Amino acid sequence: MNKIPSALSLGIRRGNLEIRQFARQRESVVFTLLFPVILLAIFGSVFKDTIAPGVTFSQYFLAGMIASGLVNTGFQALAITIPLERDFGALKRLRGTPMPASSYFIGKAILIFVSMVIQILLLLGFGIVFFGVGLPTDINKWFTFTWLVLLGSACSTALGIAFSIVPKSGRGASAVVSPIVIILQFFSGVFFVFTQLPTWMQQVAAIFPLKWLTQGMRSVFLPDSFASQEVAKSWETGKTVLILVVWLIIGIFFSVRKFKWDRD
Amino acid sequence: MSLIEVKGLKKSYGDVHAVRGLDLEIEQGEIFSLLGPNGAGKTTTVEILEGFRTRDAGTVSVLGFDPQSRGHESRQWRDRIGIVLQSSADAGDLTVLETVDHFSGYYSNPRTAEEVIHAVGLVEKENALIRNLSGGQRRRLDVALGIIGNPELLFLDEPTTGFDPEARRAFWGLIQELRDGGTTIVLTTHYLDEAEALADRVAIINHGVIIEVSTPAELGGRATLKATVAWRDGDSIKSERSDNPTALVAKLSAHFGGEIPELVVTRPSLEDVYLEMIGGVHE
Repeated sequence: MNKIPSALSLGIRRGNLEIRQFARQRESVVFTLLFPVILLAIFGSVFKDTIAPGVTFSQYFLAGMIASGLVNTGFQALAITIPLERDFGALKRLRGTPMPASSYFIGKAILIFVSMVIQILLLLGFGIVFFGVGLPTDINKWFTFTWLVLLGSACSTALGIAFSIVPKSGRGASAVVSPIVIILQFFSGVFFVFTQLPTWMQQVAAIFPLKWLTQGMRSVFLPDSFASQEVAKSWETGKTVLILVVWLIIGIFFSVRKFKWDRD
Repeated sequence: MSLIEVKGLKKSYGDVHAVRGLDLEIEQGEIFSLLGPNGAGKTTTVEILEGFRTRDAGTVSVLGFDPQSRGHESRQWRDRIGIVLQSSADAGDLTVLETVDHFSGYYSNPRTAEEVIHAVGLVEKENALIRNLSGGQRRRLDVALGIIGNPELLFLDEPTTGFDPEARRAFWGLIQELRDGGTTIVLTTHYLDEAEALADRVAIINHGVIIEVSTPAELGGRATLKATVAWRDGDSIKSERSDNPTALVAKLSAHFGGEIPELVVTRPSLEDVYLEMIGGVHE
């Protein structure tokens, strides 16, 4: 008698399958991966101002788009597609197999991470070619960038899975989830310079991960001199890690304890 | 010890008592069919056996395991059972072969994808996307995913809904082969001819309790109920209900001098008996 496959190896199998499934849904591939690039093209073309010495709005916006891409491809996509899978009965069928919940979650995390990497490459390529965005040369900035993407993508995945219990049906999920994400983007300094927002908006945004991801991405792609222009006059790297880790734990807790496999 | 043992099972949803003290034993190697009208507690009972729902009271043992336990033992238990649910309509961007092969990776001792696809008759569709399958083909894929893990116990919920008669016959053959190979099968169905063709034993469930367990031929005293003898007499069809149909046929044969025109002898069908039983329980 063979042993049951480990949760991790099944998670990797699921990740492969999720990517294959995703790649075959052309509309969603185009929408998920190209939409941020289109937004960057529009905003970058409309707002050409310099917001600080050596910092253009397109650079500022690129950092914001990479950060909000983490929220779109992770949180938003999962909180909408998981209720659909639930409605189809796909989740209940999985529940009836020896595959553990953790493998399902690992598979989703792999899918989100891979699509995030592709999206970042597209955004960076587009920003470099059309908006003269320069890549950081400091190795420490690339280190920051790496953990921001890893932690941000994990956090976004966990919160997306956790939030998938909120929409009552797959059909209504988008109407519940999308406004939250859009409002968060406005509040978190993606579309506008954060320090120009009303203080109460800044305070609300500071509760949620997106504000910290955008600020973190600015610390990677904007010159260090810009740190003095932030609300706290610094990049607040340590605080960013702390807040993302807290949200990651919250996300994992609710995913593990409250995940719904069945409609009722 | 029976493969499945249920004693005093109770489950309520608010004020609705779906299952009210149900007892059930299912033996290894049999095809056991649960019959009952909608709302009788059939689905609730099966979902408790499958580990999808928790119970309010009673004891349940499936393959020697309590289905509502969680953790690693639960994975090992799921490794030994197969479930074909009533409806599943995945997005369908994978092929039949990819899907069956993927699911085979969940189990410790699976059949091969090729073998299972052959068994359910989907060989010529193995490279088709699931979204392009017909309803009946999708159902056969559901069955393939239910048996890929080489289960000791298989739950089938309305397996042939949407099948044409030919596919249904082929499917019945597959289920009988599985039983002959040692798999125990719990079948819920609305088709009484299906239960009659497949089941070794049937249980009628109504108002949350089992009213009778028996072989399909003996259910509701069916074997000893009056038979109906019908024949043509001149321009009209005549019929008579009788406890002694053989004697009646002999009498008729003598009357007609040999062959009786358009002779039909029937016993009450499983459906007749079933409808009488579930109708008779209403207070």
